[in-house]
Amino acid sequence: MANALDPHAASATKASGLAPSGPLTTADGQPLTRALARSSRRARRRALLLVLPLLLFILITFVFPIGQMLQRSVKNDGFSANMPQLSAWFDANDRSVEPDEAAWGALAADLQAAAEARTIGVVGTRINYDVPGTRSLFTSAGRKVKDGVEPPFRAAMLELDEKWGDPKLWSAMREASSPYTGNFYLAAIDRARDENGSIVQAPEQQRIYVKLFMRTFWLSFVITCTTFLLGFPIAHLLATLPTRKSNLLMILVLLPFWTSLLVRTTAWMVLLQQQGVVNDILVWLGVINDNQRLQMIFNQTGTIVAMTHILLPFMILPLYSVMRTINPSYVRAARSLGATSWTAFRRIYFPQTLPGLGAGALLVFILAVGYYITPALVGGSSGQLISNMIAMHMTQTLNWSMAAALAALLLGGVLILYWVYDRLVGIDNLKLG
Amino acid sequence: MALPTYATKLERVWHYTYLVLCAAIFFFLIAPIVVVIPLSFNVEPYFTFTDKMLSFDPTGYSMRWYDSLLTFGMAKPDAPRDLSWWADVWQNAKWVQAAKSSLIIGFFSTIVATVLGTLAALGLSRPEMPYRRIIMAILISPMIVPIIITATGMFFFYSNPCEPLTWIGLNPQCGRLAGTYLGVILAHATLGIPFVIITVTATLIGFDQSLSRAAASLGANPRTTFFRIIMPLILPGVISGALFAFVTSFDEVVAVLFIAGPDQQTIPRQMWNGIREQISPAILAVATLLVIFSIALLTVVEMLRRRSERLRGITPH
Amino acid sequence: MKRILVLSTALCGLAFAAQAQNKEVNVVSWGGAYEKSQVEAYNIPFAEKTGIKVNMIAADNPATPLKAQVEAKNITGDVFDIELSDAIRLCDEGALVEINADDLPPAPDGTPAKDDFVPGALQDCAVANIVWGTVISFDTTKFGDNPPKTAADFFDTAKFPGKRGLPKNPKRTLYLALIADGVAPDKIYETLATPEGVERAFKKLDTIKKDVVWWEAGAQPVQLLADGEVTMTTVYNGRIFDAMVAEKKPFEIIWDGQYMDFDLFAIPKGSPNPEAAMEYLKFATSTEQLANQAKWISYGPARKSSDALVGKYQDGVTEMGPHMPTKAEHLTTAVYDDPEFWADRAAEMTEQFNAWLAAS
Repeated sequence: MANALDPHAASATKASGLAPSGPLTTADGQPLTRALARSSRRARRRALLLVLPLLLFILITFVFPIGQMLQRSVKNDGFSANMPQLSAWFDANDRSVEPDEAAWGALAADLQAAAEARTIGVVGTRINYDVPGTRSLFTSAGRKVKDGVEPPFRAAMLELDEKWGDPKLWSAMREASSPYTGNFYLAAIDRARDENGSIVQAPEQQRIYVKLFMRTFWLSFVITCTTFLLGFPIAHLLATLPTRKSNLLMILVLLPFWTSLLVRTTAWMVLLQQQGVVNDILVWLGVINDNQRLQMIFNQTGTIVAMTHILLPFMILPLYSVMRTINPSYVRAARSLGATSWTAFRRIYFPQTLPGLGAGALLVFILAVGYYITPALVGGSSGQLISNMIAMHMTQTLNWSMAAALAALLLGGVLILYWVYDRLVGIDNLKLG
Repeated sequence: MALPTYATKLERVWHYTYLVLCAAIFFFLIAPIVVVIPLSFNVEPYFTFTDKMLSFDPTGYSMRWYDSLLTFGMAKPDAPRDLSWWADVWQNAKWVQAAKSSLIIGFFSTIVATVLGTLAALGLSRPEMPYRRIIMAILISPMIVPIIITATGMFFFYSNPCEPLTWIGLNPQCGRLAGTYLGVILAHATLGIPFVIITVTATLIGFDQSLSRAAASLGANPRTTFFRIIMPLILPGVISGALFAFVTSFDEVVAVLFIAGPDQQTIPRQMWNGIREQISPAILAVATLLVIFSIALLTVVEMLRRRSERLRGITPH
Repeated sequence: MKRILVLSTALCGLAFAAQAQNKEVNVVSWGGAYEKSQVEAYNIPFAEKTGIKVNMIAADNPATPLKAQVEAKNITGDVFDIELSDAIRLCDEGALVEINADDLPPAPDGTPAKDDFVPGALQDCAVANIVWGTVISFDTTKFGDNPPKTAADFFDTAKFPGKRGLPKNPKRTLYLALIADGVAPDKIYETLATPEGVERAFKKLDTIKKDVVWWEAGAQPVQLLADGEVTMTTVYNGRIFDAMVAEKKPFEIIWDGQYMDFDLFAIPKGSPNPEAAMEYLKFATSTEQLANQAKWISYGPARKSSDALVGKYQDGVTEMGPHMPTKAEHLTTAVYDDPEFWADRAAEMTEQFNAWLAAS
């Protein structure tokens, strides 16, 4: 921070520069510059001391565990730790070397050891991430080689299952022989490695993550816009009404907070589905026919409506707090100078609300990016967002490395946006409540 | 919000359109609650307005879901409803237990988040604060990371909180935090902190630092300055930050599922419980009770505020 | 001397009391009505018989906390109720205690456990307690005298108009499309293993894609059916039974092409109370307890010998037998969960399924 420089220190330099007769001193005879520098150091230390407890708390209870979790996105020793001999062979021979009898022997020995130690599933699961359908190859081979394999190993292994000869499998095993890999990040952007180790696009019917990333950010952006459109008039009304009235209306803004996410999502289904309340009312009013009921949920519309509702208070409150501080006489002055009410709003009032808008937009956007339960329940086929895939890999496929890679990319994307936001608006202008 | 006398006809039309628009948005905000309240009296275990309900047939309505909030989990739900029945409710009813856990966890995590967050915000808003941007980014990061990742990461940490110490050669045994109230409280405090930081920092931007210097020059020590001068002025920001933190904890289920043990059954955990089979409309009854409770609370606060204004002789504008 | 005797007796008593109190077992299960059936059928009689306290812990999917606890080497649960593919995978990864079938109690008529359990219910590290089906159900008021009867009818929106409910995952949708397309139940996984087979399934799904309401949690489909939002949906058979019998809704089940799953008990290595856990597992999967569970929820017992003991529903009127997914007539076109296939293919299939969903 440029303005973090202590103003006293600055004036002290100036003062000493102005005094040709020698450095200024304090009452106890110390040079003023040094005394001031010391006091500014003390002030900085005090400011740091105030932040330190929380910083340590967050570093220990959050940053450290998250770091540990995200580390999984590049580190997975499921193969390397349990297949030591084959990993060593991969280390000693580079990609151009065809697997020789020594490699096959190492494979058979490792499989046998892993089957005995009951870690064969870990190995198979690791390779299965890169070559789907190979997990059972490992587990079934593990069962068969338990009693040992006779050389020649290559022939023996191929006899077990000819899939062992697949160059793609060997390439994946080579990749996995190091505990560190970037493959999960590749998979997270719909890329994979072919049998030569070069990066290619995933098969077309499996390309999903890039699409979901774009959809997540796009949907969050749309929701930010709708919360702004709906939140701005409300915040303005609350800020300009007398306190008595605005405080009562504020209750309406805060009430949704007390209804659980699950309840609100369910309520939106009751309202918006084809046999729901809104459609019933429209039919009753004669606006639509009974057989033309509108599809308002289980599609993108449903997601936007429900999410806008959930996130609206996060837009209203910061806008409101900023609008309260805006002096109405500026707008009056503009009007008296001949501006139309539109011009006065556009040129005078609106620019003053920008900090609140910035804070609200940042909050809503960030929260929207991470929400997934509501879109999953009301979004139908378009309700799958990147967080759903993260949750899916966490809870169903149990591929935590993949989940961590997706989360790291999501986090990276949000941080970039945060940085852009900081450049444009300045984080110090965050206002909320 | 009165219309100025010099308003043109167009502006009048716009003004009333605007008011109607605002009314519509307010209705949008409370629409789900409007549906939830009548549905919580539904006889059937579905979230549907039955024909009986629509024709206001009393047999279409019942208190069964409110009743189930009390009786579910009780040892003797069918006993006569005397004092010992209510004691049973207090001891055993699952929703009552859940409310207790939620309040305990919410209360303490809000305290931790608010105290630490306010202190940090005070430091962050000082002009001499070094590395402000990066520290601010770290402090609000819990808001950004998807909760499922946070929850799993925290579970590993809370399972063996002393693990970092082993890296520097120590080997202490300090038990574990996963499955304890303390663990959940700390986790929820972490999640609530960004909200406190953002609100309080924002309030402090408008805070006139010369007020605290004046207090100091008049002989107040830092503690007195804080409690008598700074605190009353930034209180609104602190309160709304605390409110956000409390709500975050009160509606959080993912971290609870990972970190909490069987004893820390919170309201959201009870709500999501068994969603593989059925969502009980009891959740609507819970929501209704919470809405009534919060309306009462906010009304009381507002009345107290008006009373104190009257007493202090401030005329409301 | 007397005093010492009294003291030592008291101490012994204390120690004994402490020991008795310490004995407990933590069971992680799915919560809700399912948990209730386990509490009633297993936990209460178990506590009465052995004095061991059972703590029930609800999870979204118990396999997730199981994996987390194993990885963190901080295991707090003793018994986990998990699905088949998770049981197999975690067993292969060495996370679960191996269970010897000979240790399990035999059937009342002396049949050893390994012959008494239905095929697939006994795994190396897990023992099934229930068999549950994902079935097609429809609202009888919507189709009059000519109700749908087969899985193919589910995909025929011309003859049976209305929206359809399907779960938003590949496991319980792709097989149904293939069944409706005429693939024999025992050829399902063979077909799905080839790219052409997968394409065939998606083609079939394409025919109703615009009419599908996708559900996420098991609680949803019954709600959709009750609202009239869909006229036909797939649903877990226990939940729809509840709606038909306890709530008297006009729903009916089509037993064509049901998807059969097991829920299994498994014990992680290094659990805090391994002996009590094993005792609980043996008790809960005995013939009588499995039959008792059916009284509370309409899922089939995993032991053949339990079938004869399955009596009436808790209302005391409804016979449970005809509602069991394990009833012989219901099994003719049933598709069994193939854990090996899904352990291999789940991730790939889910990606493909989501890509298919997103392309609209």
